[in-house]
Amino acid sequence: MSLLLLPFVSMLWVASYDRALPAFVGIPFFYWYQLAWVGLAAVLVWVAAKLIGGAA
Amino acid sequence: MSTHAGLLASLIFVSLFVAVTVLGFWASRWHRADLGQLHEWGLGGRRFGTLITWFLLGGDLYTAYTFIAVPALMFGAGAVGFFAVPYTILIFPILLLVYPRLWSEAHQNGYLTASDFVRGRFHAPVLAAAIAVTGIIATLPYIALQIVGIEVVLAGLGLNGEWPLFLAFAVLAGYTWTSGLRAPAMIAIIKDALIYITILAAVIIIPAKLGGYAAIFAAVPKTKLLLGTGSAANWGGQSAYATLALGSAAALFLYPHAITGVLSSSSQKVIERNAAILPAYSLALGLIALLGYMALAAGVGHMTGFAYGFRRFGANFAVPALFLKSFPDWFVGVAFAAIAIGALVPAAIMSIACANLFTRNLWKEFIDPSCSALKEARVAKWTSLSVKVGALAFILALPHTYAIQLQLLGGIWIIQTLPAVVLALYSPRLNPIALFVGWASGLSAGTMMAWSLHFKSAIYTLHIGGIRVPCYAALSALLLNIAVSYGLSLLWHRGNDASPEAAT
Repeated sequence: MSLLLLPFVSMLWVASYDRALPAFVGIPFFYWYQLAWVGLAAVLVWVAAKLIGGAA
Repeated sequence: MSTHAGLLASLIFVSLFVAVTVLGFWASRWHRADLGQLHEWGLGGRRFGTLITWFLLGGDLYTAYTFIAVPALMFGAGAVGFFAVPYTILIFPILLLVYPRLWSEAHQNGYLTASDFVRGRFHAPVLAAAIAVTGIIATLPYIALQIVGIEVVLAGLGLNGEWPLFLAFAVLAGYTWTSGLRAPAMIAIIKDALIYITILAAVIIIPAKLGGYAAIFAAVPKTKLLLGTGSAANWGGQSAYATLALGSAAALFLYPHAITGVLSSSSQKVIERNAAILPAYSLALGLIALLGYMALAAGVGHMTGFAYGFRRFGANFAVPALFLKSFPDWFVGVAFAAIAIGALVPAAIMSIACANLFTRNLWKEFIDPSCSALKEARVAKWTSLSVKVGALAFILALPHTYAIQLQLLGGIWIIQTLPAVVLALYSPRLNPIALFVGWASGLSAGTMMAWSLHFKSAIYTLHIGGIRVPCYAALSALLLNIAVSYGLSLLWHRGNDASPEAAT
């Protein structure tokens, strides 16, 4: 379950990503970091779902 | 570039619309069953597997208004509009953790709505009614705003006057009546295909035309590009952003249409799988948000050809204007159809969800407890129709700002159902009266905060120990609600445990 806390911590700690650099293909950090987290969160949730499924 | 779409766009738009209408009516034959039963009409018979649930929930959560309003916020206010991304990221863990349990409780007991849970758990009709009423009132402005989404693209197509809107609504009402939840579920598939195609085209073609992403971001005023650090004494834009994301995520699945989407799936596994695959929509949403910046870079706000749209719809016209400027005419038809159909699906689901709530938890509960299953389904159909008609009338009669303000309030209200619907899953000792007082406190506090801001914003600055913390009013009101609900429940049990009839 602690896996699922990660998205909360990273997303709610806004100060950690409210910046422009390092940029990626011209996109400021603030934006691409959050978009990257969409993918990360999906993976974390998928893993957690497997773990729950295993335990059930 | 034209300031209105051409004939080809309108033709394509109309053809896609007709295709979707046919599907909507045909849907009544899908998984053939007795649509005279409320759970068949209102929950699709609880038969939807992983893929269909994905489409349905996506149709639920990512509405036309989202596609118009999020970029509009980026266009006008900058970085804060991007809150939609962390908001949707936080939805998935919540979905995975909470909703399979809710589903199985519903499945065991035949619950259709959030209010059913509350009635079943606590045998407290007043609290259950409060939950039902909250759900209905919070959803109505949301439906109204979908209509705004349709209006915006119709204006861009040059189809003025009210009749196109009436026509669109008439067919929507028609197939919702006949097919219930199956209609939007089926149409959601087309909607998603169109949306994904449009977004893919947009994020590839438009940046190419504008000189790349670096050029796009360069067009954004520096002060709006990032949130801006606060100081120790004022947490500023960052706390507003975080609380907006968290509060919106917490509230989303409390909306009747989201609960309907979840409960209509065929198993817990479907929900769990969807928690992992719904993020595809989040990515889409992030890209859609960036359309707002693309509109800035394209300078559509300054073009006289689009002044008619911005005058009527404000920043909401940013995306249609961008598409009109950047896409060939035929593709404008596709893109606008994507948005319009993207309005129909949630409008249908939301009206069905409201109908479920009203019929089960208000009509059957208080007005006609002995009504037959057939009568129940009838009442639901009429309710769904009235809700749509009401929303249409509201939008046509009143300035759009009213609908936007109401939706703001709706978010603040719906989140107050969290303790009774979700927290009670984990804390069975919560007392229904305490929950009711908590709900009332949260509702009043939240509304007061919004009122003090003249309903222009939902970010209310709290003063905590000398620090100014801008906070999404829904969240702060919820915290009050939780504190009251648990506090009073604790007191209640203390009082009761001392007596012979100790609560079990």
